[in-house]
Amino acid sequence: MTLWWWILAAALLLAVLGLYLSMTAGRLDRLHRRIDTSRHALDSQLLGRSALVLDVASSGLFDPATTVVLADSAHAARAASEDDVVPRGLAESNLTRVLVEAIPDVSEADALREVAADPTMLDDLRGTCVRVQLSRRFHNDAVRACRQVRRQRLVRWLRLAGHTPWPETVEMDDTPPPGLTAR
Amino acid sequence: MRIGIVCPYAWDVPGGVQAHIRDQAETLIDMGHAVSVITPVEDPATLPAYAVDGGRPRPVPYNGSVARLTFGVKATARVRRWIREGDFDVLHVHEPLAPSLGVLACWAARGPIVATVHSSQERSRVLITGYYLAQTALEKISALIAVSEHARRTIVDHLGGDAVLIPNGVRVDHYLGAEPLRTWPGPAIGFLGRMDEPRKGLAILLAAFAGVRARMPTATLVLIGPGDADEVLSGVPADVREGIVILGRVGEGEKARALASLDAYVAPNTGGESFGIVLLEAMAAGAPVVASDLDAFARVLDGGRCGVLFPVGDSAALESTLLAVLDDPDARRRLTAAGVRRVAAYDWRTVAGDLIDVYASVTAGQSGVREDLRGQIVGRLARRRELGGDDAS
Repeated sequence: MTLWWWILAAALLLAVLGLYLSMTAGRLDRLHRRIDTSRHALDSQLLGRSALVLDVASSGLFDPATTVVLADSAHAARAASEDDVVPRGLAESNLTRVLVEAIPDVSEADALREVAADPTMLDDLRGTCVRVQLSRRFHNDAVRACRQVRRQRLVRWLRLAGHTPWPETVEMDDTPPPGLTAR
Repeated sequence: MRIGIVCPYAWDVPGGVQAHIRDQAETLIDMGHAVSVITPVEDPATLPAYAVDGGRPRPVPYNGSVARLTFGVKATARVRRWIREGDFDVLHVHEPLAPSLGVLACWAARGPIVATVHSSQERSRVLITGYYLAQTALEKISALIAVSEHARRTIVDHLGGDAVLIPNGVRVDHYLGAEPLRTWPGPAIGFLGRMDEPRKGLAILLAAFAGVRARMPTATLVLIGPGDADEVLSGVPADVREGIVILGRVGEGEKARALASLDAYVAPNTGGESFGIVLLEAMAAGAPVVASDLDAFARVLDGGRCGVLFPVGDSAALESTLLAVLDDPDARRRLTAAGVRRVAAYDWRTVAGDLIDVYASVTAGQSGVREDLRGQIVGRLARRRELGGDDAS
């Protein structure tokens, strides 16, 4: 009789383990999908930023020297997104730094607003820089949540993550120009 | 943008989270977005046009007090139908750690989900007892927002994630240029908050007011807010009591007008205040602010440039501060002007702009919020039940 109890207990344990594993696999699947979408969102925000910077540069809002530097770094960022000759994070960080230098403080931003043909352009620029920062934060948060699950022993031993590569965070300087975000 | 907002607490019970959601929804609608709020509610007839009935709240003991929450198969079915029919671009869940509609919505939906954490609990029971289930729901959230630094710490400490800080807002347009409620016989000092809650510090203000009244016999103290006033005022001498006017609990509009009639608004709080939204309301209504130097208050008052700070709990210091402010009309005008400028950064329109940036960051390249039917027994049951109901009708 005790044997039957043991078998029953083992079956129950297996069932619970199976349920746990299937839930964890589903959880990993969701987390990987979240990383995909957040990475995609970050990509589209970065592309939007370099495109807008090119627009702003060609609008003649900035002085010629700033225009050249802005256009150069925006082109470099776009090129880096297509082929990985220059690390993309580096190219995007460069663009960030040039933007910070171009609009270092509120007085500079106010001066630009006065001469701008279309003052909403600076608001758009602020928006896109803030969204780049947010998207990167959300992406890295998704990566962190996924890594937490993938580090669990059962997940590693049973290879629940399959062949999905180890998720990587995106490292870059994403500070929005202080002249635009200060209130 | 089509935005679905989930409120965890009963709509017709006054509360900070509910007020936040109401202001958020109305501001976003003003800005031209399509907004739907699902919320527990006692009496569905009280719901505004943009809100959907999420079921009756039930009082349950939770996290050390009795909370009125909504859950169960029926509530799940309502949330699912709302998500299916709403066709939202983004779902915004408030207080995702409360076992109410928020968690249900996280389970029932997939796609871009944004969540705001309001409370700053030291320990959350959900995270300890239902850690696995809560974690599964939380992992679906693409972006976490905290309304205060305290709330952000809760997230960092308990969830291991990070959150974007987007502070609470004020509907500045509701307060700006409010018509003073009435004229008072002399200089008027105001207090707003629960009168019998010691941390609101009414006792400190009463002690200071006795001194003020000795020097300015026409000074009036206006008390706004709920609570039993008799008990608090029992120790006050009769001649001081004559200068005290109790307005009690008032509506939004009357609150703005009462604040506009003041020569000084006093926030004598001794602690427990994480943000200080009332200070912003008083500033928007044009009342000069005198507040205890709590971190949160000092931050809102820009280190004392937009209001006067006094040491926490020091009624003698409050008394001399009040006398100085009431004696100096120029200083009051300066404080009012600085306050109105300051409050613009906290206007709900600014806050809503920040929210839209967050929504845009999570929705890029996604097709919107869909119903999630994977691996959820309760969800499947709810769906069957609901289909049965549809057949019957």
